[in-house]
Amino acid sequence: MTWKRKDLLSMQDLEAGEIRDVLDTAESMKEIATREIKKVPTLRGKTVVNLFYESSTRTRTSFEIAGKWLSADVINFSASGSSAEKGESLLDTAKNIEAMSPDVVVVRHKASGAPAMLARNLRCAVVNAGDGAHEHPTQALLDLLTIREKKGHLEGLNVTIVGDVAHSRVARSDIHGMKTMGITVTVAGPPTLIPAACQELGVKVSHRLEEAIAHADVIMMLRLQHERMTAGFIPSLREYSRVWGLSPDKLKHCRSDVLIMHPGPVNRGVELSPEVADGPYSVILDQVTNGVAVRMAVLYLLAGSKGA
Amino acid sequence: MSVAYREKAQVLDEGALDRALTRIAHEIVEQAGGVKDIALVGIKTRGVTLGQRIAAKIAAIEGGQKPAVGALDITLYRDDLGLKAEQPVVRGTEIPFPIKGRTVVLVDDVLFTGRTIRAALDALMDLGRPRVIRLAVLVDRGHRELPIRPDYIGKNLPTSRRETVAVLLREHDGTDRVVIQEPAEREEGEPQPKARRANMESPSERSEEGEPQPKARRANMESPSERSEEGEPQPKARRANMDSPPERSEG
Amino acid sequence: MSLLIKGGRVIDPWNGVDGVQDVLVIDGTIAKLGVGLKAPEGGAVVDATGNVVCPGFIDIHVHLREPGFEYKETIATGTRAAAAGGFTAVACMANTFPVNDNRAVTDFILAKARVEGCVRVYPIGAATRGLKGDELAEMGEQAEAGCVAFSDDGKCVMNAEVYRRAMEYALPFGVPIISHAEDCHLAHRGVMNEGLVSTELGLAGQPATAEDVMVARDILLAELTGAHLHIAHISTAGAVRMVRDARARGVRVTAEVTPHHLVMTDEAVRDYDSNTKMAPPLRGKRDVEACLEALTDGTIDCVATDHAPHALSDKEGEFAEAANGVVGLETAVPVLLDRLVRQGRLDLPTLVARFTAGPARLLNLPGGRLSVGAPADITVLDLERAWTVEPRHLLSRSKNTPFAGWSGTGAPVLALVGGKPALPSYPLAISGGAA
Repeated sequence: MTWKRKDLLSMQDLEAGEIRDVLDTAESMKEIATREIKKVPTLRGKTVVNLFYESSTRTRTSFEIAGKWLSADVINFSASGSSAEKGESLLDTAKNIEAMSPDVVVVRHKASGAPAMLARNLRCAVVNAGDGAHEHPTQALLDLLTIREKKGHLEGLNVTIVGDVAHSRVARSDIHGMKTMGITVTVAGPPTLIPAACQELGVKVSHRLEEAIAHADVIMMLRLQHERMTAGFIPSLREYSRVWGLSPDKLKHCRSDVLIMHPGPVNRGVELSPEVADGPYSVILDQVTNGVAVRMAVLYLLAGSKGA
Repeated sequence: MSVAYREKAQVLDEGALDRALTRIAHEIVEQAGGVKDIALVGIKTRGVTLGQRIAAKIAAIEGGQKPAVGALDITLYRDDLGLKAEQPVVRGTEIPFPIKGRTVVLVDDVLFTGRTIRAALDALMDLGRPRVIRLAVLVDRGHRELPIRPDYIGKNLPTSRRETVAVLLREHDGTDRVVIQEPAEREEGEPQPKARRANMESPSERSEEGEPQPKARRANMESPSERSEEGEPQPKARRANMDSPPERSEG
Repeated sequence: MSLLIKGGRVIDPWNGVDGVQDVLVIDGTIAKLGVGLKAPEGGAVVDATGNVVCPGFIDIHVHLREPGFEYKETIATGTRAAAAGGFTAVACMANTFPVNDNRAVTDFILAKARVEGCVRVYPIGAATRGLKGDELAEMGEQAEAGCVAFSDDGKCVMNAEVYRRAMEYALPFGVPIISHAEDCHLAHRGVMNEGLVSTELGLAGQPATAEDVMVARDILLAELTGAHLHIAHISTAGAVRMVRDARARGVRVTAEVTPHHLVMTDEAVRDYDSNTKMAPPLRGKRDVEACLEALTDGTIDCVATDHAPHALSDKEGEFAEAANGVVGLETAVPVLLDRLVRQGRLDLPTLVARFTAGPARLLNLPGGRLSVGAPADITVLDLERAWTVEPRHLLSRSKNTPFAGWSGTGAPVLALVGGKPALPSYPLAISGGAA
């Protein structure tokens, strides 16, 4: 086991050995979900606080289940709106929570860098559950676990990430994690949604969907947020989904063993047609299952040990 | 913990080890009155291998099907999590059959403090409700810290705390033997065999990297007669609670 | 009352002087320069042996925040910070509250500065009313009251017609229009420079083009109107190139650069420290190199700090929400003496020129030179003085510095305004003479 970190803040920080530790641990923990009594005493007496400043039922629930199956006490603290609205700064809220001695704080916030700031100032472990457009490490880890499970390995695979890469923390975490594990990454989307200097991240950039997905082992579809339209990045949802959405006929260009993935929630009819979302290539639900296992592994590695 | 160990004595050779497993297989079947409903659950990693071998022997004895063999990883149930610098590696449990109502025989290579078995019992209970749980160990080396006792023993082996017992198996180590190891002064350049530690160290033997074993005596865990100074030959006196054969209880 | 500054290396680029000389000050004016001068009876003496004696440094881009934002800085605290940083004069921007777009506010600032300021304060008036970019401010009255330039700094005048009129209207007053060049649409979501760092950090970036687009427009307007255009806080290679080309074809355009744009790139933002957040943002390596080159060859006329104090409450919290701006008066000279001069990237006389002759010329100020008869505004530097930046020791009311923890060698040790020390105590002592 090479895991020695106090916090999990980004995929960019992690080395291949550490990623493998998380994936192997998560795999071993998957069996707990199949039991009648889904509980192990491993984190008994540990307190996990979910500090979610952005509303997110899925990720928060996933962390909650993960913590509870490990017998931890999980507290949900939902603060919607910016800290300025609430009048109490993020740091103040976190210090108040720390005064109640949690072992792990899982934080999701709309500001890039917020979890890093908390990690510097809190004694307990901090897990980044998504910060602005920066990173969402547990999502990338569950994506890697799913790919490894289905393909048997990671190195040498071709993954294409399609959609609003510019505003996506999932894309950034996936890019960093996949590159570390030896995957060749291509990003594809309209130029307005590909971030500046993207090639310098070590990925190929394509502006044509068919060519980008032709040889892909895995296609990761990103969610298009409706705000992009009003902000002038794309002319209309209709055009976006016609050109960039995955429908059954676009899949004709793909490998027969391709995997379709999506971090959820899916905008049916926009980035994925319902047939594809529910079709035989889709492993979206496996991602969700693996999400709980990965989060159990992360909580185990961070909360169980004395930490850094 | 990287104390170097060297082999002190071999206590079972290939033949003796095999015979011990054969006897255990007979005892299991005899007590259960047959193969029906028996399930062997080996504690990872070598307990699983021993469990496979015992299951094969049971099949040979009764001339029928092999009893089911499962693999149990007790890492998530350890009582010493959070006390170590790094988290122990989780290996995963594979028990692909229901244990409800069955006669489960836990199999492990070395029984020492009993903490591993305590964890295994908790793990089994979370998986279902067996009718009865029994314990088979290849070696019982004493120094129990919990009231746990084995039902089937390959060999009783009195040891001192500073020694370790290593069960080497063909499938893992290329050879079948059981040896006692003791801490060694390392010669320059001489590679030392890795100590085979029990699944969980007893708190009394846990020590910081590089520090010598703590010499402090803990009153309620060791009797004076077994205390030994470094370098002196180990007393061979056996203690009362290990000599008596395991109680045979029916049903 | 006399003061003799003995034995220092006098660097006075305005008069082309660089050599060891004594400077005699009588009654607040430069009386004589020469070798082996004698101190008059009862006069004070400063032993400047081993030090560098320059005209008083001038910072033409400072936000003193008074009236209206006294919780961030006041004329008193801001000028003290200037004095500690070796400056003897500052020009202060109009984005106060109320905005300095009329004579009443200008008079207030000058009156306050007379009583509470410890260095000279030259107000810059607003170009448009309320900084709204719609209607012209009363530049005539403001110029009469003492404004030395006009600027909507803090904001960009987006309407080209309005800006043209402002440039034309200001012509008779003989003062420059200072432009904060930033296309607010191209820039509006950006909280840092757009590039690899902003992509990796997941922060919205504004491209260098947001600045270049406006510099191009302003230069063309200056060409059209014949106005003296001064580009505030230039930061991009593109803008620098355009200024150089425009000057070559005779456009009256000058430019200033901040110390942080000369020594830091957007890599400094990786920790999400809001003390690295300002407008224009820290740029890329090529931009920094281009600015240094332009400072060296005179395309950029002066260094100006854009000293922008913000209270902790304005800066803490999410990077994206934090106010733009960093303080700079106390760190400008030490940082550039160490990171540019000491590291051999810029020679000392050029740096001195950019703090003295450069700003004085472009704003037509009486300082920036050690000419006989000129006011005795003098800055003395000790090139061997070691320093470390500790925010809590800054004299500015606000501590938002990007240089926290930096250390180096070379710092100002004395600043005289009209022959008198601007602060009660300085590292370089004055002996003898009346108080």
